[in-house]
Amino acid sequence: MSSTILLLLALGLGLAGWLAARARAWAFRRASPEGRIASLPAYHAWYVALWISLPVLVFVTLWSALSPGLIVQSVLADPSAAGLPAFGFQRDALLNEARNVATGAAPAVFNPKASALIQPFRDAIGFYGGIGIAATLAIAILSGGWAFLRLTPDFAARTKVERTVMAILLGASLVAILTTLGILASLVFETVRFFGIVSPLDFLLGTHWSPDPVADAATADSSRYGAVPLFWGTIFIGAIIAMVIAIPLGLMSAIYLTQYADPRLRKWLKPALEILAGVPTVVYGYFAALTVAPAIRDLALSAGISNPSSESALAAGLVMGVMIIPFVSSMADDSIAAVPQAMRDGSLAMGATTSETIRRVLVPAALPGIVAGIMLAISRAIGETMIVVMAASTAANLTVNPLKAMTTVTVQIVAMLTGEGSFDHPATLSAFALGFVLFMVTLGLNFVALRVVKRFREAYE
Amino acid sequence: MSELVTPARAASFEARLQKRYAAERRFKAMGLGVILFSLAVLLFLLGSMALNGIGGFKRVEMEVPIDFTQAGIAADPIMMTQPDAANSLQAQGLSEVVSFFASQSLGEEAAAEIGPDAWRDVAAAIIADPSILRETATFSLPASPDLASGYSGEGSSEMQALAARLDEEGKLTKTFDPGFLSRSDATNPQQVGIWGALKGSMLTMLVTLLLAFPIGVLAALYLEEHAPRNRWTDLIEVSINNLAAVPSIIFGLLGLAVFLSIFPSYRSAPLIGGMTLALMTMPVIVISGRNAIKAVPPSIRDGALAIGASKVQVVFHHVLPLALPGILTGTIIGMARALGETAPLLMIGMRAFVSTAPEGLTSPATVLPVQIFLWSDEIDRGFVERTSAAIIVLLLFLLVMNGLAIHLRNKFEKKW
Repeated sequence: MSSTILLLLALGLGLAGWLAARARAWAFRRASPEGRIASLPAYHAWYVALWISLPVLVFVTLWSALSPGLIVQSVLADPSAAGLPAFGFQRDALLNEARNVATGAAPAVFNPKASALIQPFRDAIGFYGGIGIAATLAIAILSGGWAFLRLTPDFAARTKVERTVMAILLGASLVAILTTLGILASLVFETVRFFGIVSPLDFLLGTHWSPDPVADAATADSSRYGAVPLFWGTIFIGAIIAMVIAIPLGLMSAIYLTQYADPRLRKWLKPALEILAGVPTVVYGYFAALTVAPAIRDLALSAGISNPSSESALAAGLVMGVMIIPFVSSMADDSIAAVPQAMRDGSLAMGATTSETIRRVLVPAALPGIVAGIMLAISRAIGETMIVVMAASTAANLTVNPLKAMTTVTVQIVAMLTGEGSFDHPATLSAFALGFVLFMVTLGLNFVALRVVKRFREAYE
Repeated sequence: MSELVTPARAASFEARLQKRYAAERRFKAMGLGVILFSLAVLLFLLGSMALNGIGGFKRVEMEVPIDFTQAGIAADPIMMTQPDAANSLQAQGLSEVVSFFASQSLGEEAAAEIGPDAWRDVAAAIIADPSILRETATFSLPASPDLASGYSGEGSSEMQALAARLDEEGKLTKTFDPGFLSRSDATNPQQVGIWGALKGSMLTMLVTLLLAFPIGVLAALYLEEHAPRNRWTDLIEVSINNLAAVPSIIFGLLGLAVFLSIFPSYRSAPLIGGMTLALMTMPVIVISGRNAIKAVPPSIRDGALAIGASKVQVVFHHVLPLALPGILTGTIIGMARALGETAPLLMIGMRAFVSTAPEGLTSPATVLPVQIFLWSDEIDRGFVERTSAAIIVLLLFLLVMNGLAIHLRNKFEKKW
């Protein structure tokens, strides 16, 4: 709440600086004998506004991260906080309760112990809120005033402003690198902690997966963390069952759309097919769990198969395959379109029919691109979460029977992190190790696929 | 003199040709069949959601006339403006009043099956207009989940019989429930609504848009217009392309490990959810933004430079306005993807049971796709229809967003 006020304050001060600086620049302009100054008045205005807003924004960001801690510290230093438990959940709960009342988020406290803390909280929030506003004003006036005093008729405001703009642009594009580093750092850090408890060999080669999130973390049984059934389930559902559906269907629809369909028909069919890719995965998951899985189970029962699972790998894989069709289709579409027209014309001129041209010339020529598209599709399928969370099981089985229950890496990540386990427990940490494996595999697939696509494009250009 | 020569075709040649033509026709039919199959699956999916979902916008209600003149409930006008007005009415015995009048008009057996939260509807009506306390008002009150499943022919046989009897008397109906769009999550499928999740989604999307759009556009401008060709630029490009293909659940792990350890008290807040989704949406905006910027012809830049504009002026006065429709199209598509995203938000705790609509960016919230996921896990049959109804709402939002993107593209797309 207080950060919102500070941000609005920063905006207001920036606007004030902008207007004042522009008025000053206009005054320079009117006073100068040639009627012109080194930079347009608007650049003087932006120069001052940037000098006010940027330092204030930095301060507000830091302050909103720091001030809650400072408030809690000053409340704890208050004599009325002496009776609090030293650490742990209870203390945090009491503090939260008192804070909620003090900020008006809750009408009254349940725990009488918290009521003594309300007044210290109000005082501390008021005190630090006041400091925040005073500091914001001081920073704005100091740096804005300094910038304002630098304005002269010959001041090169435009160059300065443009340099700042360039720095902001560069900063924005560095966010991507920071995100990648953040992903890597957080995954690696937690994975290393996990491997401190469970040996990497047990994790990567073990065939028994049954983590016990409530067991004592210190005596974790390393043999319960064998992830091979998860890897197999992921590959079986995402890279085998789903691809058995998605590759032929996606490829055939791309061929029909590019080679046979009338342009008017194509204009309607292609977006219609792409709706399949736009449906959220949670909807597919619901469809798989509610409609497809029971249907497959009934079908298997009527075919005389005993005991098919209602959370079969087949249901999740089939629905995932349907979801991937437009993806494979558009990748194949691109690679077929990249094959030079001369190759197609040559084949047709030799008397081959359209389908023969497609099967003997176009598809082989487009194969590298198609394979790369399939790799991207696999990387998408194995990272897909909601369909398998809703339709596949959490039971880790190492089997090739598609009617049996199977689990995947993503299902286990969700299961391990949405439970009640503590952050230090190997069961929770195992989710990060699984995430790390998933990240590396999808990264590898994408990297190779993008290189193949690039080289393939160059070959025909 | 040349003679027209008809090539002699052996019978075997003709047969082979016919076979090849037949193969051609089969191949073509197979292509069409595949597309029709995919579309049929799509129609089946949407159709089954729609059929189930229409029921989800309705609930089973009982007609109960309440004569407030006998009820002895007082509504203090000042009290009625307080946030806990409903509770003060309840403390005066409102739920007993409701069940008393229900048993008078419907019988004991049916009165026991008035929904446990039905008094809230009555309380809301009293708060909205305290003058009804001087007259007799008729309310359509939600039935209990048991009676509701009896009405749809499921559940215990007693409930089915009771539902059939009340239905015959015209006292039990399944009617459109406008409250579904204005209430929040509840434990009882008769009492749930999606407003809480919808508001959570909107707040989350607001944060995502405010972060991802400026960062994405500025990064795209830098990479396309200013970046020197060197190793650093390559590194930025590689990470953006990879981020666009990283599974969404990994972003959830990042949000959990980084954002939640910096702001531990904002667990399940739209702020954290929006930040996580912004990292996921940003690469999409950068990639589509770069394509839109690339499509602006160089002659525009040259013209502006030639009359003395600086490089930054060229970009912000000419390139960006011309590329903006394309960037917006990509942004809307990226936002639509983020709106349907579930997995990363599960990781950062937006799966809590939240029975009130979120107040602001830092209050606990859930979002529409997560709400769908949570309801789909419920055992009560009543939730099946509600889940489908929530899916319809989500799909409608996505349809509107994608329609807007297509409209923008068609309206502003320029062929230079």
